[in-house]
Amino acid sequence: MKIPYYPGCTLKTKAKDFEDSAIAAARVLGIEMEELPRWNCCGTVYSLSSDDLIHQLAPIRNLIRAKEQESDRLVTLCSMCYNTLKRANEFFLADEEKRERIKRYLDDEIPYEGDVRVVQLLELLRDEVSMDAIKEAVKKPLTGLKVAPYYGCMLLRPASIGIDDVERPTVMEDVLRALGADVIDDPYKTECCGAYQTVSQKDVVATCAHSILTSAQGNGAEVIALSCPLCDFNLDNRQKEVQERFNGFHPMPVLYFTQLMAIAFGLDPSVCRFELSYNDPVPLLKSKGLIE
Amino acid sequence: MKPRIGVFVCHCGLNIAASVEVSEVVKAIKDYPGVVHAQDYIYMCSDPGQNLVRKAIREHNLTGLVMSNCSPSLHERTFRNLAKSEGLNPYLVEVANIREYCSWPHQGDKETATKKALTIIKATIERVKRNQALTPLVVPLQKRVLVLGGGVAGMQTALDIAEGGYPVTILEKQAYLGGRVRQLDHTFVTMEKAKDLAGEMIDRTLAQPNIEVLTTAQIEGISGYVGNFEVQIRRQSDWVDPEKCNGCEACIKACPVEVPSTFDRGLVMRKAIDWTPGARPGEKRVFLDHQACVRVTRQESCTACQEVCDQGAITYPEDEQITQMYGAIVVATGHDLYRKSALTEYATDPDVLDALQFERLLSEDGPTGGKVLRPSDGKEPKEVVFVQCAGSRDPDKHFPYCSKICCMYTCKEARRYKEKVPDGQAYVFFIDVRSTGKGYEEFVKESVQKERLLYLKGKVSKIARQGDKLLVLGGDTITGHRVEIEADLVVLAMATVPSPGAKELARLLNVNTDPYGFIQEAHPKLAPVETLTAGIYLAGTSQAPKDIPHAIYQASGAASKILSLFSRKELIHEPLVAHVDTEICAGCGYCHDNCAYQAVSVDPILKKAVVNEALCEGCGACATACPSGAIQVKNLDSKQVFDMISVVTKDYALRP
Repeated sequence: MKIPYYPGCTLKTKAKDFEDSAIAAARVLGIEMEELPRWNCCGTVYSLSSDDLIHQLAPIRNLIRAKEQESDRLVTLCSMCYNTLKRANEFFLADEEKRERIKRYLDDEIPYEGDVRVVQLLELLRDEVSMDAIKEAVKKPLTGLKVAPYYGCMLLRPASIGIDDVERPTVMEDVLRALGADVIDDPYKTECCGAYQTVSQKDVVATCAHSILTSAQGNGAEVIALSCPLCDFNLDNRQKEVQERFNGFHPMPVLYFTQLMAIAFGLDPSVCRFELSYNDPVPLLKSKGLIE
Repeated sequence: MKPRIGVFVCHCGLNIAASVEVSEVVKAIKDYPGVVHAQDYIYMCSDPGQNLVRKAIREHNLTGLVMSNCSPSLHERTFRNLAKSEGLNPYLVEVANIREYCSWPHQGDKETATKKALTIIKATIERVKRNQALTPLVVPLQKRVLVLGGGVAGMQTALDIAEGGYPVTILEKQAYLGGRVRQLDHTFVTMEKAKDLAGEMIDRTLAQPNIEVLTTAQIEGISGYVGNFEVQIRRQSDWVDPEKCNGCEACIKACPVEVPSTFDRGLVMRKAIDWTPGARPGEKRVFLDHQACVRVTRQESCTACQEVCDQGAITYPEDEQITQMYGAIVVATGHDLYRKSALTEYATDPDVLDALQFERLLSEDGPTGGKVLRPSDGKEPKEVVFVQCAGSRDPDKHFPYCSKICCMYTCKEARRYKEKVPDGQAYVFFIDVRSTGKGYEEFVKESVQKERLLYLKGKVSKIARQGDKLLVLGGDTITGHRVEIEADLVVLAMATVPSPGAKELARLLNVNTDPYGFIQEAHPKLAPVETLTAGIYLAGTSQAPKDIPHAIYQASGAASKILSLFSRKELIHEPLVAHVDTEICAGCGYCHDNCAYQAVSVDPILKKAVVNEALCEGCGACATACPSGAIQVKNLDSKQVFDMISVVTKDYALRP
């Protein structure tokens, strides 16, 4: 299955580990994620926080790029990109008057009527690949690895575009379970990571991260699995600040779910780009015999 | 006989006269064909005005009146009664509404208003010319009442009516009277034991000779109309003879079926045959629940209980079918709580209870004997969080309405918890504390202070199991801080919803429900105990969430409505009903399809439409549906309608 893929800015920089592991792991399952030839910014907070129609142009243009590939779908990895692209399309479809105005600014593009569906890789795994197929592809089951999935907000909220139940999502658990991991259900899995407060208010983020990480540890988790580069930064890199502020905190590794897929599928660990992690996951994975 | 019609034009002070040139109207109408007398007066409804009309009827020997004044809903009855007392058939009187339809909407445009008033009056004259003298219909009245539901509302209605001297049947789905109140521990404000309150009512109900109580019984079918409902009742027969049963429990041990106890809200399991609340609070008896028994659920021929009963108390007779006539019906089917699982953010956990489950924990006849113990491990909870508005006041995801009773019962439950566990802490999350009843606010204030209840204004966003504790995440909107509580037990004040089966019952009775399934009252202010179906009344939480005092008000209200209905010898029905010309009717049934009152049917043998005049409201839907004009409403037949239209459209008529 070939599907156009939208990376977004972070996947090309800080979250290269997410991109490389995802593309490699998806290939094992027969999914060819083909990067859009000419993509632009997803719109980020601007398209979500402003009423100006002009902010919707960037995300809609990305969807038009997918249509140019003669596809009615576009897959994303970054939760934020998923959210902005999907909501821009929802906005575009919901209001005819606004749609017509937006289209006036897009007269240099091929005609677009909101007919490209944005999907996140987890949705694709659940709805089209199936957990059984994932299970079959596993070469090194993650037996004994205690993983706590963490969703954050962008995959689930608002409910109209969420990939799963907004309060009790299970899709990441199902994938990790198919990989053979011991899945830890943690009540903080949908709580806020602190998001962009990380820029100016590290304290706020450290407090959020501390609650999330210690709750997961208290429930026995050894590693966090997630799907959002911003959550990853806040939960991984900000552990420095957590340690400074909270006595007795023990750091723990944080991974993208796709890195765990790559390991379980027996791929070369180099696709996981573990060197980009702030807290090195290698010792843990080695201790479980998952990498050499 | 030539018609001799009198036209009376009212000024209504200046209400009509300011816009309509009344004297011109009278002048113009005097010589209209059929009119023998026309007159105006400042207030026609006043005594002098009425006397003018009386005098005119006598002097001019009038055969019809056109009262040109306000809406018929105001004074049609006044002038019809007047005509009757003067020996003129009241149905020969019609109102030409020249106020609401004319002078009010055309204020400041005298020319238009005057012309329009004249048109309305002329049209009404044409109608009166073909009016028939009619006699009101007399419908027999069965002075017997059926009360659906034996909770406090149902019992109160039944007691009021029975004490008024009329026989009442209470149908109760459960095996015992008392409804929800039987499940409660204490009742708020007075803090009296719910079982004492229910017990007193039950005693009075059982002792009242005019009341017949049918437990494990439900309504199966109904036909007829106010004063004459024929009701089919199905009563599950009692498979355990209470006279013979000695309570040895051998049958309970032998029974292979285990189900969650409905009385204890699933906190414990019970056998299909097991102890169940007896007739009075505090009493219990062995009872075989048909809904759980495999003889019913799987049509099996299990006799495990019968085989071990050495008293021969257990037999399996067929259900009893009863048909009875009733004059009025009261729906008092009560409420339930919204299911906890609908709130996915609140864990499905044995220690997350709904408010009724917590009542069972508090109750002496409950599964813990009244000790507050966690269902998961039987430990006494020291930190208990109460969450109000669980599903209520949540228009996006659940119900927009306020469940009304939760603020008070939550406070009471928190207070009772503290009385039983003095070293515990109770937290209450609320949106607002709505304590609007006599003594309610004082009760809340006193409870908060006395028991140091911690009230937090905010909602709980999540409840999750965290080891031995329940993690409760919420917000305190007054301090603006997030709140995290490690609780031992959580009690959800789930939204109040109608009893299961309320929608089906409403359909059976042909009464309306609101969007949430509560039975719809006829008018929210002026007819809150009636339904739109004549003869069917409402009491208690089947209509909307309400506490015990309000349920009792409504129950007594419904009873007094019925007693006033029964104070008549028979029912009088307006004769303005549909009438079938059987020589024209082809029996197509379009009239039946269009009747909202189920008043028209097609006789299967004669193949002709038949009108049940007692049910007909004279709306005319059948008449407009009839392709041949065979069915007509009396005094508003198609000839009259066309005559009136001809008058109104005269100026616009196509000329050759």
